[in-house]
Amino acid sequence: MTQGTLNLDVRQAGNASILDVQGDITAASEQTLMDAYTQASGAKSIILNFSGLEYMNSGGIGLLVTLLVRANRQKQKLLAFGLTEHYKQIFELTRLDEAITIHDSEQDAVASA
Amino acid sequence: MSDAEARKSRDEAYWAKPMDQFHVGEVPAEAVNLNVEGRRVAAMAGGFGRMFQVTYKIRLDGADVTPQDVVRVWKERFASFWPRKNKFFGSTQPIAPGDVALLNVKTGGVKTSTGILVLYADDESFSFMTPEGHMFNGMITFSAFTDQGGVTNAQVQGLIRAQDPMYEVGMMLGGKGAEDRMWLHVLKQLAAYFGVEARATVQRVVVDRKRQWEHWRNIKKNAAMRSGLHMAGAPIRALRKPFTRHG
Repeated sequence: MTQGTLNLDVRQAGNASILDVQGDITAASEQTLMDAYTQASGAKSIILNFSGLEYMNSGGIGLLVTLLVRANRQKQKLLAFGLTEHYKQIFELTRLDEAITIHDSEQDAVASA
Repeated sequence: MSDAEARKSRDEAYWAKPMDQFHVGEVPAEAVNLNVEGRRVAAMAGGFGRMFQVTYKIRLDGADVTPQDVVRVWKERFASFWPRKNKFFGSTQPIAPGDVALLNVKTGGVKTSTGILVLYADDESFSFMTPEGHMFNGMITFSAFTDQGGVTNAQVQGLIRAQDPMYEVGMMLGGKGAEDRMWLHVLKQLAAYFGVEARATVQRVVVDRKRQWEHWRNIKKNAAMRSGLHMAGAPIRALRKPFTRHG
């Protein structure tokens, strides 16, 4: 399984920081994801924008769990939008959707942040 | 095939299909089949105890194998690398996404019946999740990769939390050691299959020191406790058997 690269842009929306995902999330993405989280860490909520997600493997799911632990430690909410139907199902299967709230749009996510 | 179609096909091939509950297929007569059928998947971020990332690794120095070769063999012969006292009752086919397997493992003198779901499998890795009542929440990933020295390594990595207070205490009172011995044995056997005699290493990192007290009630589904009660009730069931009506 050839693993692609991940680019993450961080921007502010009210009290939240939005992390725009572009590319693949795999175990190899740890540094990129944690660097982006550090940039965003002052925010009340962290919103993951998965609209540009091309692929995620189980290593990527593991990274999201680690990110969730860091966010919980800072008492930050972790939200997501832009997931395809397939990845929504993976969040449901792993029950990550019980800890990372999934929204249909950026507007909804920012309103809940 | 367009890029979008190729992506969809890759997603469907590597991940388990959605499911609400575990369903166990046919299992051998000697297997204890408890605590799996009808259970939900244990939430990835749920569980009670501290969260650890535990990495077991072995270098297959001298073996002319690629990471893909290692993972292919591992998927085909997964159960054969396990210690004799623990049993993995899976499909006769190589490990595939969506498979449910039954496990009978010795934990503190009790033969605990539990299971796993194959959440994900590609050419270089595969991952398991557990049902509610299992020793831990989280995920365990089996993979192979080439290190900077050009040597193929095999790895088992768990991102796990004890599911309930009883398991958390058990992990502190020798459970961790038993877990380590299990996976070190598996990696040693896997290396031996490729003609390599080597020792595996262990690295344990605390990801979250916090215990999630809101999940202490998970103890109600504790598979070890329920398996122990089942074992204790075996003589009574044997005495009752002649008087039980069938049909």
